[in-house]
Amino acid sequence: MAEEHKEIDALTGTPTTGHEWDGIHELNTPLPRWWLWLFYLTIVWAIAYWVVYPAWPLITNSTQGVFGWHSRAAVETDLEQLKAQRGPMMAKLASASVADIAGDPQLSDFARAVGRVAFADNCAPCHGSGGGGGRGYPNLNDDDWLWGGKLSDIQNTVTHGARSTDEKGHMGNMPAFGRDGILKPNEISAVADYVRSLSGLSAEPGTDLALGKKVFADNCAACHGPEGKGNREVGAPNLTDKIWLYGPDKQTIMQGIQNGRGGVMPAWGGRLNEPTIKALTVYVWTLGGGEK
Amino acid sequence: MTEQVRSMTLDRPAPEAPALSHLVEQAKAQAGGPPPEDDIPLYAARRKIYPQSVHGFFRRIKWAVLAVTLGIYYFLPFVRWDRGPFAPNQAVLVDFPNRRFYFFFIEIWPQEIYYLTGLLILAAMALFLMNALAGRIWCGYLCPQTVWTDLFFMIERFFEGDRREHMRRDGQKWTLETYARKGAKHFTWLMVAWWTGGAWVLYFADAPTLVKDLATFQAPFVAYAWIGILTFTTYTLAGHMREQVCLYMCPWPRIQAALTDEYALNVTYRYDRGEPRCSAKKAEQLRAHGQPAGDCVDCLQCVHVCPTGVDIREGANLGCIQCGLCIDACDMVMTKLGRPTRLIAYDTDVNIKRRQEGLAPFYKLVRTRTVLYAAIIAIAGGIMLFTLATRESEGISVIHDRNPMYVRLSDGAVRNGYTIRIVNKRLKKREFIIGIDGLPATLIDFVGMPPRADGRQLVEVGPDQTRELRVTVTDYSTKPPAPSTRIVFKLIDGETGETAEMRDHFFAP
Repeated sequence: MAEEHKEIDALTGTPTTGHEWDGIHELNTPLPRWWLWLFYLTIVWAIAYWVVYPAWPLITNSTQGVFGWHSRAAVETDLEQLKAQRGPMMAKLASASVADIAGDPQLSDFARAVGRVAFADNCAPCHGSGGGGGRGYPNLNDDDWLWGGKLSDIQNTVTHGARSTDEKGHMGNMPAFGRDGILKPNEISAVADYVRSLSGLSAEPGTDLALGKKVFADNCAACHGPEGKGNREVGAPNLTDKIWLYGPDKQTIMQGIQNGRGGVMPAWGGRLNEPTIKALTVYVWTLGGGEK
Repeated sequence: MTEQVRSMTLDRPAPEAPALSHLVEQAKAQAGGPPPEDDIPLYAARRKIYPQSVHGFFRRIKWAVLAVTLGIYYFLPFVRWDRGPFAPNQAVLVDFPNRRFYFFFIEIWPQEIYYLTGLLILAAMALFLMNALAGRIWCGYLCPQTVWTDLFFMIERFFEGDRREHMRRDGQKWTLETYARKGAKHFTWLMVAWWTGGAWVLYFADAPTLVKDLATFQAPFVAYAWIGILTFTTYTLAGHMREQVCLYMCPWPRIQAALTDEYALNVTYRYDRGEPRCSAKKAEQLRAHGQPAGDCVDCLQCVHVCPTGVDIREGANLGCIQCGLCIDACDMVMTKLGRPTRLIAYDTDVNIKRRQEGLAPFYKLVRTRTVLYAAIIAIAGGIMLFTLATRESEGISVIHDRNPMYVRLSDGAVRNGYTIRIVNKRLKKREFIIGIDGLPATLIDFVGMPPRADGRQLVEVGPDQTRELRVTVTDYSTKPPAPSTRIVFKLIDGETGETAEMRDHFFAP
């Protein structure tokens, strides 16, 4: 073959491969030697890689490689490093009380940073990414608290929950006054108007506020207090302020009286560790509504 | 074929590959006659260049530039500049871990990186201005490639001798002495390259400490890695690739050609004086008979000293970096021959033509482009100086809460939450007062930061630091606030009264 292809290109002095298309001859320009050596080196590298690292898939597993390197182990090492890095501050969180944490600027900053992430992971689905709440889920930024807004109250609520599976959790339901036949429809309508009037909202024309007041005193005052100021022992909301968990319109209030209410806050005590709960407590407390 | 690395050449025809030349001749004979003109090969193998040493005016300038620029590069990291206890005392330092750039009395924060943009504009315009005045003087005197290559040529001459000696030794069978000389040269090159890489990393950490750490193998891996990379690039670019970088790698010659004009001074062979070339003796005879005789004696000194292997007598040339060494070489010859110097000089083709027509030479430095470049330099430099001089040493940035946008309190008032970051660029602790303009009756609450015993709410920010705060703003006006109100956060230095402002909004239902 080589004998036939001894043609030399006149312009470049390079031999041709003997291939010709429409008078165009293909030059036989070999690859540069340095390039070839690099290419061979990559092959050697690949073989070494197969031996050293996990490479070939098998039926149930893969070849393990003589170095024993594993991506999961690498992640675990990284996580251990992160833990070690946070170790001293996390230890302080574990040993200090929430009041001490909130009082120490450095520790408080750290707790807020930890708490912000823990809140986004665990609390945001119900309370919103900034703790803004929603219908039936309290806004944690305001100054109205169902179960108390002091540091110790918040820590208690986060740890044990409300109407949760935890025995130490907050208990107390809004009964279904209508469904259970305790109140008649006209009484529900009257007391709903009376409740709206407590915070200065308008009553429907022609409504019997005196009846509403009487029904309230007989049925509601036990939990919500004679003046409707609420009771944090049983999670009964303050009905005289401008904040409404489910909404201020009469329809919504009547629904609550008819069917009862009882939103559940899970107990996080078993799921999150102590320092994280403390961090969450400080974070929520500093959202803007924390009580002294 | 592999050693014949083929690449684009200048407007000279390429030397044929020697081993194949007879085959080429054969093929040409078969094809019948030479190839048409547009089929001239575009490839040339590299010719090794042995530039001869030279003495003279431009060589002295180049040595001075080399000494000053390399002196600055190698020793600047060791210059100290006292900034007090809260900042490093290195005059020039790129502090990546703390995100600061220090240059003597200037300290740049990451958000002020636009100063770097300004510097780049200045650098580009200075380059263009230099080019408009005197062509590629950047290439010939200031470019790092030129400076380091010059240094490496000097080392090469020290070990392997000047042009003739070096060529003779390379041409002979290599002896033990040749190997020893070459070995010593490469070792010295590597040492210089290594020092070059070493000096580079010193700009990114405290230089004396890092030198100590490097010597005791305590320095971070990245420092050794960068020294290794820059040792390799310096050794390769300045020792081995040399003029190839200028001819084939650098974009500037291409851009430069598009930016120049006929009035830019270039290293020019004054062919009006030089041609016709003939020996000195013959020229004398011709002159005695009143016949034209050029000054060029075809001694090729201008070609032999050229670091890129150019023959300047061919005219403006892509390979010419305009270092002026051929001017020095030619001047030496002209002085010996007793003829006027500057047969090769910084001049223009316009002037050659004018002299041929018997007109006086004409130098036009003030032209539209030089004035424009100078004006842009003045404006950009002026803006930078002004902003640097009036730069504020405090700052405030505000982010409004995304969720919730506003909070209704139990008494009906509306509250907004903000995250504020206060910047203190001074190298001392400062106390700031924060206020709001735009809302009639407001209460600002600093979350987790109780007021002082005297009731004042001061925010303390450490030297050369920032501080993030959470602030809630409550509107207590009797009228319900508008859905969106423009407000201004004011940061006031409690001591000096310096202020910074940031606009934001107060939202309500």
